[in-house]
Amino acid sequence: MRGPGAAQSAGATSAADPSGRGDARGAAAASAVGAGRTDRRRKTEYQPLGPVRGTIRAFGELCITAGMVLILFVVWQLWWTDIAANRDNEVLADQLITDWQENPDNTLPDDPDTPFVADPVAENTGFGIMYVPRFGEDYYRTVAEGVSMEPVLNRMGVGRYPSSAMPGEVGNFSVAGHRVTYGKPLNQIHQLRPGDEIVVQTGDGFYTYTFRNFEIVLPDATEVLAAVPTMPDYKGKDRIMTLTACNPMFSAQERYVAYAELTDWKPAGDGAPASIADSPAFQKVGGDA
Amino acid sequence: MYALLWRALPGPWIVKLIICLILIAAVVFLLMEYVFPVIAPYMPFNDATIEEGG
Repeated sequence: MRGPGAAQSAGATSAADPSGRGDARGAAAASAVGAGRTDRRRKTEYQPLGPVRGTIRAFGELCITAGMVLILFVVWQLWWTDIAANRDNEVLADQLITDWQENPDNTLPDDPDTPFVADPVAENTGFGIMYVPRFGEDYYRTVAEGVSMEPVLNRMGVGRYPSSAMPGEVGNFSVAGHRVTYGKPLNQIHQLRPGDEIVVQTGDGFYTYTFRNFEIVLPDATEVLAAVPTMPDYKGKDRIMTLTACNPMFSAQERYVAYAELTDWKPAGDGAPASIADSPAFQKVGGDA
Repeated sequence: MYALLWRALPGPWIVKLIICLILIAAVVFLLMEYVFPVIAPYMPFNDATIEEGG
């Protein structure tokens, strides 16, 4: 640093110095204050550290860098994956709605009270939109085929277990979804109360499932996906929906399992059920379907 | 390490600063777009499915 005397003389004789244009110094300025400037410039020049100090400094810089990368990873995981997944989810929902509008499916079962059961679509393809009023008025997530992390669970909302039933089918229509990060489709699964409706819209119609109860199980408890949940030996005659998400939040120690039962079905031509027809979510994505 | 990088960059300090910011942005982009998605499945909180031996 300059001494106070140098600072005073520099301030008095030249305004160029405080502006920081060190390189633009002309020869004219190199008289009275030149000594002070040269002194200051030399001190900022590179002086090699010894091998010990150099190594210590490099190690410290690597540690700081590693810390910054870890912080960035947390930011990415907790914040950016939500933004990316929500954006992907909106695009996919729009695609589905457009597709349904362009190819309206008018096939109806012989008995209008029997829900139409579609054939499974190819893996990693979206086929439905799920609305859960309890999760928020503007809540919707796409439903895709398969439960692989990439791309289904990380980008396409919730995923259907390929071994499970299709919406409306007798048996267990089971889906998995993230509870935190990647758009967190099942973040509020613990808020479901008995009687809450889960509406799954497909190209064929609206399947309304009503939440009954929940269970917390270990990650390998595949019996919750059985046609009669927890009783894999029975064939079952009910139309069940099972949602699985990790529990507790930010852990994969257990799974939170929510069971619902089909209580209503409407073909696409009849419009949305009253529970979601006026919701912002349905107005936004499925309103014109 | 970073001192070496700073000296290796050409131009006056403002150009060096701009190049540095571009480099930082490039590193952040590469990490977020390519590195983190590869690491994420190994994190202990991302698994939501129920499977045999899961």
